Amino acid sequence: MRSFSLADFLSLLSALQWTAVLVLIALGFGAPLALALALMRTSASRALRWTATAFLQLVQGVPLLGLLMFFYFGMPVFLGIEMPPLVAVGIAMTVYTASFLGEIWRGGIEAVKHEQWEAAACLGLSTWHQFRYVIAPQAFRMALPPTVGFLVQLIKGTSLASIVGFVELARAGQLVSAATFQPLLVYSIVAAIYFAACLPLTLWARSLEVRLNGAR
Amino acid sequence: MALVDIRNVTKSYGSTQVLKGVSLDIKEGEIVTIIGKSGSGKSTLLRCINALERIDGGEITVEGQPVRTDMPNLRDFRQRVGIVFQAFNLFPHMTVERNITLAPVLNKRIAKADGRALALDVLERVGLADKIDAYPAQLSGGQQQRVAIARCLAMRPHLMLFDEVTSALDPELVGEVLKVMEDMARQGMTMVLVTHEMGFARNVASKIVFMHQGRVWEEGPPAELFANPRTPELQSFIASVR
Repeated sequence: MRSFSLADFLSLLSALQWTAVLVLIALGFGAPLALALALMRTSASRALRWTATAFLQLVQGVPLLGLLMFFYFGMPVFLGIEMPPLVAVGIAMTVYTASFLGEIWRGGIEAVKHEQWEAAACLGLSTWHQFRYVIAPQAFRMALPPTVGFLVQLIKGTSLASIVGFVELARAGQLVSAATFQPLLVYSIVAAIYFAACLPLTLWARSLEVRLNGAR
Repeated sequence: MALVDIRNVTKSYGSTQVLKGVSLDIKEGEIVTIIGKSGSGKSTLLRCINALERIDGGEITVEGQPVRTDMPNLRDFRQRVGIVFQAFNLFPHMTVERNITLAPVLNKRIAKADGRALALDVLERVGLADKIDAYPAQLSGGQQQRVAIARCLAMRPHLMLFDEVTSALDPELVGEVLKVMEDMARQGMTMVLVTHEMGFARNVASKIVFMHQGRVWEEGPPAELFANPRTPELQSFIASVR
């Protein structure tokens, strides 16, 4: 047994990199998917709306932990597909991000007055141009504070990846704790690191909220 | 040939029939003012001319072309038939210049410098050239509505529709918008207005259309119609708005 040292602290910090990687994967793949879901949910086609709604109901009704387990343990059993932890966790986080961001962005799109679509259509703009230039910028402004708020959820959510053995910050904490037998100290430090990563985002979200509400 | 030909048009919302066989001709250069109580179908008729509402029966043609919500060249058509709304509907996140040039830039791919010149040109016609870099929220209601008119003019429409464009304005701001519309009328623009401004209807319109219960109840030149209303419905309407 050894006591907690600077090297342990540095290994926790370096594990934070993998937390960041998970967040980037989730956003990189989840955000485009979220946009597609938001557009499907607000589209005129009943089939598209229904498909997107079914997907959202399914994903949002399952805890993130369940998604992680399904893609890591379930896929090999049900579909015979063996996946490395990073891929399984990446897919689960992507699906999770897409469903929640998709709903936040749908709310933003629907918060833009219907008359804005109409005015843009009356200028002869294509449906895509109506969305791209008139609706999306206004929807984005309204959806930005809750989007940043969701980022905080996402960062904390990556800690669940530790249960499938993926070494990110939380899992690194378990390993250091097991080696040093100082769980209280180690987990407190892990918590402090999460807090330090999330605090700026929380403050940013709050200032955006104040600024964007004040500007209207 | 009439610029707009409306033949026996019917339209229902659910079980409520709002247009019960409306027929109307609008010739080039005419200023047609549609008056009537709320619920008489006048705004709906206006929106049908621009294919914003689908008609259930009858036919509307503009410049000889049948108007349908699923017509193949709807986007070109919309650029030839401008519409100004009661609530202005400017894009709040864009400057006045961008509001005006967005459609010409995207649809006709005009150059940036030409866009600014175009914006200045139409803004001068509504007396707001100095507001070209302002945002809508920095303008009064009357100024916003004049920008909305300028945005429409920038498409060089052949026909302009005005849907109660002064109804949302404070009384002291109504005059500046009506003056812009009078100027346009003088320059020969074909205009169809739904309005409660009886002074404008009387002095500027070439034809008044009185709608009642989803039908064209009476139509004619303003002097004649206001002096000698033939139906009791128009008589009581004129008495109520005086």
